Amino acid sequence: MSSLRFTEQALSDWMRCGGSHSEIVISSRMRIARNLEHLPFPLLASAEQSEEVMKQLAPVFQGEAAADFGSFQLLKLDELDELDKKVLVEKHLISPNLANDSRGGAVILNEDESVSIMINEEDHLRIQCLFPGLQVREAWVRATAIDDIFEGSVNYAFDDRRGYLTSCPTNVGTGLRASVMVHLPALVMTHQINRILSAVNQVGLTVRGIYGEGSEAVGNIFQISNQITLGQTENEIIENLHSVVTQIIEHERNARERLLADSALRITDRIKRSYGILSYAAVMELKESAQRLSDLRLGVDLGILEGPPISVLNELNVKTQPGFLQKMFGDEMTATERDMYRAKLLRETLGSQH
Amino acid sequence: MLCQECGVKPATLHFTKIVNGEKTEFHICESCAREKGELIPGTAGGFSIHSLLSGLLDLEGAGKEKNAAAQTVQGLRCENCGMTYSQFSKLGRFGCSSCYKYFDSTLDPLFRRVHGSTAHVGKLPKRAGAQIMCKRKIDELKQELQQSIAEEEFETAAELRDQIRKLEKEMPQE
Ligand SMILES: [Zn+2]
Ligand SMILES: [Zn+2]
Repeated sequence: MSSLRFTEQALSDWMRCGGSHSEIVISSRMRIARNLEHLPFPLLASAEQSEEVMKQLAPVFQGEAAADFGSFQLLKLDELDELDKKVLVEKHLISPNLANDSRGGAVILNEDESVSIMINEEDHLRIQCLFPGLQVREAWVRATAIDDIFEGSVNYAFDDRRGYLTSCPTNVGTGLRASVMVHLPALVMTHQINRILSAVNQVGLTVRGIYGEGSEAVGNIFQISNQITLGQTENEIIENLHSVVTQIIEHERNARERLLADSALRITDRIKRSYGILSYAAVMELKESAQRLSDLRLGVDLGILEGPPISVLNELNVKTQPGFLQKMFGDEMTATERDMYRAKLLRETLGSQH
Repeated sequence: MLCQECGVKPATLHFTKIVNGEKTEFHICESCAREKGELIPGTAGGFSIHSLLSGLLDLEGAGKEKNAAAQTVQGLRCENCGMTYSQFSKLGRFGCSSCYKYFDSTLDPLFRRVHGSTAHVGKLPKRAGAQIMCKRKIDELKQELQQSIAEEEFETAAELRDQIRKLEKEMPQE
């Protein structure tokens, strides 16, 4: 089915070009939460009311006003199978929340998958824009432009004093969640990460691991986002995030240089071992592959390895996820089979065919 | 209807969840809802921001001596969607945008704890926003007016007064 091209390739087109600081920053994401006037939020909405939300929102992005942002396709969650939903989550195109509880839910995606518009998630409307590398300002410019297009057609729930009204009190005001995904192996290796993360918390930002259970970071990848949505302008939120991430990049850079200066042999050994294991292993658990792919990414940046290109590593981060493996190699899979196919995929991609 | 979990307390929360096209209805009491947070749509998986919030919102947690004020708050109810304050405090989420109006008297402390602030200063929707922007400008000018009167700068005050009158006349109506 053509509609499922979104789940066939691992890497969204927007991920293929690097963006600035792409050796450390994987992606920048803006999410804006909006609701329609009068209708109850999705938590309490009846089937008819969810349908009404869809009727008001879905046509907006199939109209002419949106043409500047590419052509869009609407996917209703109820019409997708579980595996496709899982893959969309693994690609960060929809939230786990929308995948798990998709009553009347839908997502509108553009061709390169840089814009994802969720309908009937926790809020009626969630506009999400994804950019590679550190591009929070650019991502905001696009997200707010898309917001304006919706606002031209529908009436938002907005209050003079509280701003944009959202289902959860943690999103009220701007409704803006700005986040940046960063790869920080050297800060983890040099045990500076906790100190840095707690400093980040103190300036109104939160940090989560990605793809991990709870807040555990898998593969040294962290997501840093704003915590406060009320009482700050969008600009303040974005500039705060930008400046904190810029400082973290600087710390990670320094830590990488120090690692190379102080323990070049140890770090080279570790990175080359990881390359060897990824190229030859017969069974590979997700946690290990994420950690070893993180080593490869560091190795490429430090010039210890010549390849693979960062885009291939980004792609492997997604393709080694359970949903994607099942999508590629077969629906029904035991955990052991998954680990086998993961190893096969890694061997084939990284050069060894053994 | 009794709670389907404990079968003792009356069911006060009703949810429909559809997974794989299969519809499941939940009728549960508030204490079971809190225990089994995963039953509530969108709160899957133990700890969530909502359970954290409900901790912040829960007035019963403040001790047994429920004073009159707390009881009044617990009695608040959104006339648009029907959510009670007590439901809101357990779910940590509003039922509709009118809830903000009906629960307004309780929100400042909550927002101050979550955001360190109680009022929006960011983007305004263009249509409704034109009016709000105008109102904000008038408020600003009124403050300046007070100041100039206090400082006995009557010429400036007169100018400000004219500006305010002009803006009030031009204010776009909803
Ligand atoms: Zn019960
Ligand atoms: Zn309500």
